Amino acid sequence: MTTIVLAIVIGFAFGFVLDRVGASNPSVIGRMLNLTNLNLAKSILLAIGVGSVLMFAGQMLGLVDVGHMSVKAAYVGVFLGGLLLGAGWALAGFCPGTAVVALGAGRRDAVFYVAGGLLGAAAYMVTYPAWKASGLLDDIAGGKVTLGTVPGSKFDGLTGLPGDILGIVLGLGFIALAFALPERIVHRPAGQPQPAE
Amino acid sequence: MTLNWKAGGLLLGLVFFAAVLLVKPIGVSTQFVILDGIIADAVSPDLVTQTDGGYTSGNAYLAKSHGKYAKSVANPLNYSFVFVIAMIAGGFASVMARGGFGSGDSRIPALWAANFGSSPVKRYAAAFVGGFVVLYGARLAGGCTSGHMMSGMMQTALSGYIFAAGAFLAAVPVALMLYRKEG
Repeated sequence: MTTIVLAIVIGFAFGFVLDRVGASNPSVIGRMLNLTNLNLAKSILLAIGVGSVLMFAGQMLGLVDVGHMSVKAAYVGVFLGGLLLGAGWALAGFCPGTAVVALGAGRRDAVFYVAGGLLGAAAYMVTYPAWKASGLLDDIAGGKVTLGTVPGSKFDGLTGLPGDILGIVLGLGFIALAFALPERIVHRPAGQPQPAE
Repeated sequence: MTLNWKAGGLLLGLVFFAAVLLVKPIGVSTQFVILDGIIADAVSPDLVTQTDGGYTSGNAYLAKSHGKYAKSVANPLNYSFVFVIAMIAGGFASVMARGGFGSGDSRIPALWAANFGSSPVKRYAAAFVGGFVVLYGARLAGGCTSGHMMSGMMQTALSGYIFAAGAFLAAVPVALMLYRKEG
């Protein structure tokens, strides 16, 4: 039962904050991806960095259970799926999580996105045996690996570098990148004026 | 209203940290499969079946990894599924606190309208097609922006970096092509 309470509390917080950083708004996603407003990218980089530093520092201090880590496998399909996801992300302006939040925020386009998403997931469920047979789901570079070797972790390291220290260094790197990234890279002409909403 | 990037990023990072501290890293896209499974199992109850040690399914995807997904379909009141339902509530609470439905850019996204006009049908069709492609891709990749990119890169997972490379390599050119005007 405790885990269900945690699911409600953390899920609620995640949905709330995603809306507050603007991620549930497809215009904000589109402006990030066409490089005209990178504030959301800065938020995401900072979040990854903060999460990484806290998690690995917590592990080193013995405050965070290393067993809570869950590393996904690396295989060619990760890259191919990433390409597909990226194209759809740019077209719709939603990723799966932000669409769920947008649904709660009353966006009608999110309803269509989620319906399309359920159909897309079902299409994958049906075509999964063909992907499996193609070998594109087979592990590469050790499969479920972290970049360094995290002490006490059940996941192997791609390198023998100390994974917790590497995690903190990379986390600080993400934070530095968040600050270094300009707010805008590309300028575009203004679109047609829109009626007030 | 929208938080500045520093406050927003810090809060988002704290949520990701809280998740891995208390339970496990955040992920979303699997739950689209679980909901599909719940719907399909309601229509055709033989889809997911109980075995001696757990659950399995006639669908190879639900049956993979010793019926992990089949088990979640049979028991929807599990952490990951409830988590995603709670995200809907979080989005609802946030929008209510910032002025309710219909405030600001809430119908046709401004950027979309500036480039493609304000026809709802066109926008809804794009959202539907985008949703299909994103979830198909996310399942092929084994995760989405939350699970692979954020949770994955935060844990220094190799797969997270591979996923992020693929996602941005497609997303940025497509967005540059689609959204030529600012809105």
